[in-house]
Amino acid sequence: MSLTQQDYILGIEKVSKSFSGVKALDEVSLYIKPGEVHALMGENGAGKSTLMKIVTGIYQKDEGEIFIDGERAIIKDPKAALDLGISMIHQELNQIVDMTVAENIFLGKEPCHGRSHVINRRKQKELVRSLLHHTGISINPNARIGDLSIAERQMVEIVKAVSYNSRIIIMDEPTSAITDKEVAKLFGIIRNLTSKGVAIIYISHKMDEIFEIADTVTVLRDGCYVDSKPANELNNNSLIRLMVGRNINDLFLKEAVNVGKPALEVNSLTKKGFFQNISFKVCQGEVVGFAGLMGAGRTEVMETLFGIMRHDNGMVKINNKEVVINSPTDAVKHGMALISEDRKLKGLNLKGSVKANITLSNLADCCNIWEVIDRKKENQIVDEQIKLLNIKASGRNQLVSTLSGGNQQKVVLSKWFLTNPEILILDEPTRGIDIGAKQEVYKIIARLAQQGKAIILISSEMPELLGLCDRIIVLHKGNITGNFSRANFNSEVIMSAAMGQHQD
Amino acid sequence: MNFYANIKKQQILYRYGIYFAFIVLVAAISIGSPSFFKLSNIINILRQISVNGILAVGMTFVIITAGIDLSVGSILALGAVVATSMAHPGEYPVIVPVLSALLVGLCLGVINGYFIAKKRLAPFIVTLGMMTIARGMALVYTDGRPIINLSDSYNQIGGGYLLGIPLPVIVFIIVLLLGIFVLNYTRFGRYVYAVGGNELAVKVSGINTSRIIIRTYAISGALAGLAGVVLSSRVMSGSPSTGQGLELDAIAAVVIGGTSLSGGVGSITGTIVGALIIGVMNNGLDLLNVSSYWQQIVKGLIIVFAVLLDRKAKKQLV
Repeated sequence: MSLTQQDYILGIEKVSKSFSGVKALDEVSLYIKPGEVHALMGENGAGKSTLMKIVTGIYQKDEGEIFIDGERAIIKDPKAALDLGISMIHQELNQIVDMTVAENIFLGKEPCHGRSHVINRRKQKELVRSLLHHTGISINPNARIGDLSIAERQMVEIVKAVSYNSRIIIMDEPTSAITDKEVAKLFGIIRNLTSKGVAIIYISHKMDEIFEIADTVTVLRDGCYVDSKPANELNNNSLIRLMVGRNINDLFLKEAVNVGKPALEVNSLTKKGFFQNISFKVCQGEVVGFAGLMGAGRTEVMETLFGIMRHDNGMVKINNKEVVINSPTDAVKHGMALISEDRKLKGLNLKGSVKANITLSNLADCCNIWEVIDRKKENQIVDEQIKLLNIKASGRNQLVSTLSGGNQQKVVLSKWFLTNPEILILDEPTRGIDIGAKQEVYKIIARLAQQGKAIILISSEMPELLGLCDRIIVLHKGNITGNFSRANFNSEVIMSAAMGQHQD
Repeated sequence: MNFYANIKKQQILYRYGIYFAFIVLVAAISIGSPSFFKLSNIINILRQISVNGILAVGMTFVIITAGIDLSVGSILALGAVVATSMAHPGEYPVIVPVLSALLVGLCLGVINGYFIAKKRLAPFIVTLGMMTIARGMALVYTDGRPIINLSDSYNQIGGGYLLGIPLPVIVFIIVLLLGIFVLNYTRFGRYVYAVGGNELAVKVSGINTSRIIIRTYAISGALAGLAGVVLSSRVMSGSPSTGQGLELDAIAAVVIGGTSLSGGVGSITGTIVGALIIGVMNNGLDLLNVSSYWQQIVKGLIIVFAVLLDRKAKKQLV
């Protein structure tokens, strides 16, 4: 480095960190200039989160130095980090579910009357309003956080980070739950901030976003620093090669599949206040994608279809026979599977092992007449699944909470596979998982289609939908605004349908 | 891969830490009082913890589902009075009062479970209500007076021996073996852990979680009824005011044994060690002539200490 520490707003020099003797970070260095958007990339487990947790005071480094504006800094806890002007948008939302948006944003820095500790509610309201106006985000500040969707909650996190007036903002997967329109808003906010000299450290797996917004890209691999390059000197392939250490050909190649009879037919499904008159068909071997903006109602449609919520009107036919689904138990009985959007909330028992989670939905198969579990059979089945899906774990007894996001998702998928479903609903199946694991999930989806399963794919990543689906249905505010077959795929037309313009 | 090996070591430490603590406790008391390790004293301890142990086995199921059952002390009393009311000399064969107590406990447990699982009321509130109601029912049933004059065969349950081992201990051992079997080897047991870990995820997976939850409270209630039989048989009378506060001892045994109140983890063997620690401590302090007032303070401190240790061990897992 020909530049000195003074030129950087944040200088991380040869930082190492170990957990129980295992090195998570090995002499990693990172230099951030003021006003730059610096992307930090690497596969899951590369050390990005650990490094950022050290910078924000959640962890303490074992070795190395951190410089802020050229001065050595000791970041002993999150408050120290905030005082030094560092704030972070976490991938896992740490919000108080029962408090309002405004209360969450000002948590810890509530504006008070003079020197007292009495909260100045009027001032808080004003500040919130001006923040929301400034960032262009329209969310009711008095709404209870728990009532908002994940996408809306993520927007609140962004507003909160901005409200700290920090000079370094770390964004960890800030767009994992929001759609393109909101991403554009976020980028506007970022550009606004960087023009004022604020540095942004941007962690994301979405390549096109990185190339759009980042100035510099640093890659970590297995806890080590690999390289730093200006974003315009890299492309998809060279970046992936740096991250993974090998070339990955084409994001995904869709093979032709013989589409069979209609497996699922939905007619005029309606739920007041959420969606109306949803009708569509999915055939065996077909992958039908559902596109739409945040709040469009896609998850609600699927959760209603699956019996988690009650429908007000509509008819569902499976294999041409009308069925009644009032609970997930009914849905599973009819051969359906639902991989939820939020795996930690609805997909996994985080206190359980890989084994317990994988066999959960189909435990009856491992039992004898006395409801006693045949352990040998269970272990066999679980080991098979681990091998089949390439789940990286030390063994079937490892707690799922210690697995990476991608491997957790594979556990959820594996659980549903064992129920032998004919119809699979995947809600954002690759959210928050790295490129390598994404590829594996895509391969799994393709394999399922080849086996004649009917697949519904909800996704907010256009390349994913365009690459995997035979058809894309678009929802806007609870109505179907478009239904495109593969031959007519066009991302702009699909996007305009998502924004409300009906396409026929 | 070293990372994974370390996780396994932590899991072992966390799981066996409680046994280690128990051994240390026994050693410490043995040194302080040589009469501790006599066979007669050990049998004494086992008999003393039998009633609590039976309650604690049922409580383990409930707490693993992230619930709690505050009504077991009162259900014990109701079971005791119902059983003893049918246990006068020359009345019914002894199996009748025993089964009646079990049935009463089971029904009240199902009612608890129904309001918790189907009506989604907080377990604390529901079982608190049942605690008062069941106690009231026991008082109404007996008009406030203890039931005495019980048959010899009924009194045998609490006072008899089998191969030198007190019958209450035999009952306790059978209950704990059944509990271990159901929790660790059956499908239901696996579901109990899963529901405690994440009820929503289990529901979405297509499993009827209400049924699982109701069953755990049914088990807790039935075992409370059984404990009522054992206790009333031992003191040879069925008193409507018996069992007050026993729910807290049961909860203490479960928590000391490593079962988390937030659910999803725990074991019956842990609970037994918890019950033993309480029993050994009570007995040891008695032998050392410590006043029962001080014993209460010590017991409370041990509970807090055990939970702290447990929390610390678990934090190192993730």
